[in-house]
Amino acid sequence: MNKDEYQKLVKKLEPKEPKLRKALVAFLVGGLVSFIGEVIATILVTTFGMEKTIAYIWLCVLTIFIASLLTALRFFDNWVSKCGCGLIIPTTGFAHSMTSSALDVKNDGLITGLGSSFFKLAGSVLLYGVISGFFFGVLGVIFYG
Amino acid sequence: MSFFNAFLVGGLFCLVGEIILDNTKLTPGHVTSIFTVLGAFLSFIGIYPKLISYGGAGATMMISNFGNLLYQGSYMGFHEEGLLGLIGGVLSKCGVAIVSAVIFAFIFALFFKPKD
Repeated sequence: MNKDEYQKLVKKLEPKEPKLRKALVAFLVGGLVSFIGEVIATILVTTFGMEKTIAYIWLCVLTIFIASLLTALRFFDNWVSKCGCGLIIPTTGFAHSMTSSALDVKNDGLITGLGSSFFKLAGSVLLYGVISGFFFGVLGVIFYG
Repeated sequence: MSFFNAFLVGGLFCLVGEIILDNTKLTPGHVTSIFTVLGAFLSFIGIYPKLISYGGAGATMMISNFGNLLYQGSYMGFHEEGLLGLIGGVLSKCGVAIVSAVIFAFIFALFFKPKD
């Protein structure tokens, strides 16, 4: 069997992922997360008299807390693999990646494990976020004054 | 009505992410990084604040809001403190999210057992 034939065989035998179904699940889960978030933000505004912008920041902290806790309790890995981007794109995905990498390297020690590999997964978001935030900030000052 | 808008905006973000994830060889790490940069870009051209006023939590709960906050912090920092604000302000608005994620991840990692 030559290389081309082998590649064809691999392609044929690869399990076909139901892309449409996964996309729909991501849409519904992501929408549901946002819907619940909006409900919580509205409750914060009406009961505590917060401003909407402050309520969204509290909502962000709350989301991160819940996602970290659920990751530590080992529910979240399963959910992420089922819901895909429905849970990865919201802030839950950021908290999940941080907590799971922290848990993974915990046994290697506080400095050599936890300290050095804490941002293993979430680091790329921070790096490219800070870089793009800064450079677009410079561009913004140049263009808009 | 704002609840429906949040559902729609948040769902669409995740839908786009899932389509990218399924049809390319990119990993979730790539997709979240792309969305963060995209958020900063959308904020730069003035679309993201409009998305937030339309979709509320649907836009503020997404990872792209990180990019938005990082850009807004940097841009507004320049107007408050000048050149130093442009640098230091990057993290001024997003700091809450990053620091809370670090704190919770650290505490839970200390108190919970890893897999196996």
